[in-house]
Amino acid sequence: MQLCDLPAHELAKLLRNRKVSAEEICRSVLQRIDEVEKKTKAFITVDGEKALEQARRVDKKLKNGANLPPLAGMPVAIKDNICTKGLRTTCASKILANFVPPYNATVVEKLAAAEAVIIGKTNMDEFAMGSSTENSGFFPTRNPWDYSRVPGGSSGGSAAAVAAGESIYALGSDTGGSIRQPAAFCGVVGMKPTYGAVSRYGLVAFASSLDQIGPLTKDVTDCALVLNVIAGHDPRDSTSVPGERPDYTQFLKEDIRGLRIGIPREYLAEGLDSGVREVLEKACAVLKEAGAEVAETSLPHSAYALPTYYLIAPAEASSNLARYDGVRYGYRAEDVKDVLDMFKKTRSRGFGAEVKRRIMLGTYALSAGYYDAYYLKALQVRTLIKRDFDTAFTKFDVLLSPTSPTPAFLLGEKIDDPLKMYLSDIFTLAINLAGLPAVSVPGGFVDGLPVGVQFIGKPFAEGTLLHVAYAFEKRTEYTSRRPGLGR
Amino acid sequence: MYEAIIGLEVHVELKTRSKIFCASTTEFGGEPNTHVCPVCLGLPGVLPVVNKEVVDYAIRVALALNCDIARFCKFDRKNYYYPDLPKNYQISQYDLPLAKNGYLEIETANGSKRVGITRIHMEEDAGKLVHQGNITTTPYSLVDYNRTGVPLLEIVSEPDLRSPEEARAYLEKLRTIIQYTGVSDCKMEEGSLRCDANVSVRPVGSDALGTKTEIKNMNSFRALYRALAYEIDRQIAVLAEGGRVVQETRAWDEDRGVTVSMRSKEEAHDYRYFPDPDLVPLVIDEAWIERVRATLPELPDARRKRYIEDFGLSRYDATVLTSSKELGDYFEACIAAYPHPKTVANWVMGELARLLNAHNMDITASPVTPDQLASLLRLIDDGTISGKIAKTVFEDMFATRKDPATIVREKGLVQITDVDALSAVVDEVINANPKSVQDYKAGKEKALGFLVGQVMKATRGKANPALVNKLLKERLD
Repeated sequence: MQLCDLPAHELAKLLRNRKVSAEEICRSVLQRIDEVEKKTKAFITVDGEKALEQARRVDKKLKNGANLPPLAGMPVAIKDNICTKGLRTTCASKILANFVPPYNATVVEKLAAAEAVIIGKTNMDEFAMGSSTENSGFFPTRNPWDYSRVPGGSSGGSAAAVAAGESIYALGSDTGGSIRQPAAFCGVVGMKPTYGAVSRYGLVAFASSLDQIGPLTKDVTDCALVLNVIAGHDPRDSTSVPGERPDYTQFLKEDIRGLRIGIPREYLAEGLDSGVREVLEKACAVLKEAGAEVAETSLPHSAYALPTYYLIAPAEASSNLARYDGVRYGYRAEDVKDVLDMFKKTRSRGFGAEVKRRIMLGTYALSAGYYDAYYLKALQVRTLIKRDFDTAFTKFDVLLSPTSPTPAFLLGEKIDDPLKMYLSDIFTLAINLAGLPAVSVPGGFVDGLPVGVQFIGKPFAEGTLLHVAYAFEKRTEYTSRRPGLGR
Repeated sequence: MYEAIIGLEVHVELKTRSKIFCASTTEFGGEPNTHVCPVCLGLPGVLPVVNKEVVDYAIRVALALNCDIARFCKFDRKNYYYPDLPKNYQISQYDLPLAKNGYLEIETANGSKRVGITRIHMEEDAGKLVHQGNITTTPYSLVDYNRTGVPLLEIVSEPDLRSPEEARAYLEKLRTIIQYTGVSDCKMEEGSLRCDANVSVRPVGSDALGTKTEIKNMNSFRALYRALAYEIDRQIAVLAEGGRVVQETRAWDEDRGVTVSMRSKEEAHDYRYFPDPDLVPLVIDEAWIERVRATLPELPDARRKRYIEDFGLSRYDATVLTSSKELGDYFEACIAAYPHPKTVANWVMGELARLLNAHNMDITASPVTPDQLASLLRLIDDGTISGKIAKTVFEDMFATRKDPATIVREKGLVQITDVDALSAVVDEVINANPKSVQDYKAGKEKALGFLVGQVMKATRGKANPALVNKLLKERLD
């Protein structure tokens, strides 16, 4: 175990007790990047010099006796669709390959205020569209537990970086499972907060009504600490929910006696890997053992979540991604006849296949004559899906499901079959449609590969999720395992 | 016999301090791309936040136009690609606009007429393309995003207008009302007031609507009038020859005085409207509306009524004086200092309007203040100067901004009311014009006027005309 393999809350303790310096932590992370980045390819941009500079600044402040925030000096990796002022932000797309934002996302400002050390920007599926990080416009990322496998996606770079010790924690974004599924594949904790809990200002939009930024961490305690930093109302985001956020660490308690946990039976249906099913069954046993009441429940409209998602998300994306036209920033095709030709060539060459597929799907769904049958219908079904959850939450405090139907799959295994790839998010999509918080925590292993279980909560019940996840973690300790990294 | 059916779509730029979804300034002009920020430039990751002042302004206009204000409205995205549109969608309002079902009254040859207002909605303006030379031959174009995100109101009328005259009267009245509310300058030449028209014609007596065309690029009231007159004639000619009007968008060519086809119905955009997920619906409660209502000034119709009823002005005079808020304010400032509304109205609409027009000036730039005009009128009343001299003095006031008393003193224009001094002149004139004297005595009343004129001429207009009249009659009758 190196420093970079420890969770942030342990490192913070060492830092506060002057056992280590922020610079040493940063160097440990940078050294790990040197060792394994060739294999994981978790990052698009690493800024080691800048990171060390930030770490030394923290050390100086500590030396001067400053009282610093809990995560001060902790290295963080940021998904490359979150704007960082002066630091290239590409969304893993050729169309933004050289885009350097002139402003910071709200979460990045919050990280700066928390004295975080930004290590770099992580790889992802282009514009967060994908479930394996193979849709990156630059290169795929590999799973630190097995380099022949995908890390999941779209926040695959963030998940792989945290799992491999290339960062202490990371931020990702989740539109249909993009934090939770890679967290599950890479054996880390990943949370999608309630829609509106964390500001989206500066998150490059994929599907505005579904996107949410969240933490990827080595354990549940870190998840609470990071959420403390990034959650909060932001006047720059109209969809951000007003009001104070609690101190999430207060929920980290082991006693879950009487907690009512529902298992949606629709999530145990066909396509579920038998190993994953066993992991879930064991998780149920652990929770029952701890005194929770576990029972089956139903989300009757679950089957419609995937088609609903693949109308709403592409529709919004088709509009959100219209701005990449070569006029103001990013890639521009030069050999053009006129402005229309420039738009067409810029977008044809700048976007990858999956992004273009979704732009076409979304454009179609919003077209005159089809809007009512597709987009409007999808919005109506979305309401039904929300109601399913509302009903379930009258009887249960949290719901439990597998995060993804299978463990990490092989690179190339699903890349030519979009529908197969989309099914990888079958258990996570509905949560975004309903705007609910959910957390994926390591729930066990199948053939040496990590498997995640997902806790789903009521709106703004992140505290309840952290509570049950922490209790589960304390009884299983899967979060303390680290990949061998082929060394 | 055909009649025209016309509806107007008017865009008004609101002069809020900042743009509709960000804090950038709305100031007109400025170096290209200096009144911008990441939000109005549509950089990746930015989000819009509604400027509440825009909603206040929009409610103000909606109230002034007698609209029903929606308690719940939302913003939608209008998707189309154009380089002056940074996001390649415009944030607008589609199926749930801010206000509906309003009206305004216009004056027509047949009396006043109510014109319906279908809807009013809020949206963001686009930027401007700057072509290097001619649009068809330019090797490249530059884009100025200063105007991007400036708040706009789109005001759509019912197809209630029946002639180019009515259309112009509607647009003028709309401009007047909006100027009264203080939310826009409504300058067509600066683009803060823009107008498109939907036009069709049908045989008189028919209830069915003909195929309409949409006319764009009318940049003045005159252009609106001419374009509509042309288009109505064109459509009638097409029908008269047994042809069919094609549904299309046409552009007014000011230089050639014709409308030309821009794009057909088939080429029309599919804007793929959908609710903007970055914005939450706008809930407007009664308290908000009442708060805005309290900020509304007296509107032109009410003011005109007051001028007619309280000041005894004619409908025409009252209409002219209330046609702009500033003109009405000027008029009222005058009568506050000189409480004779009819006299003031004559001067404001006569001498002052004439000189302002001649100098192409607006009432707000008038070199003569209301107090100065009132002083001048008092000088006439107290006999210091004649009404004729007063016009000369007024021209001097307009040119020099001096007080009337100063000008009268400096130029020695005080009226001659001294009987002795005038008697001498009157006698001289009688002696010098025996023919006229004879004519008058023979019963030609007009000859007296000539003799008065001669006395005025001899005194360079300073003689009191009433006194001259009296003295002449004393001697001749």
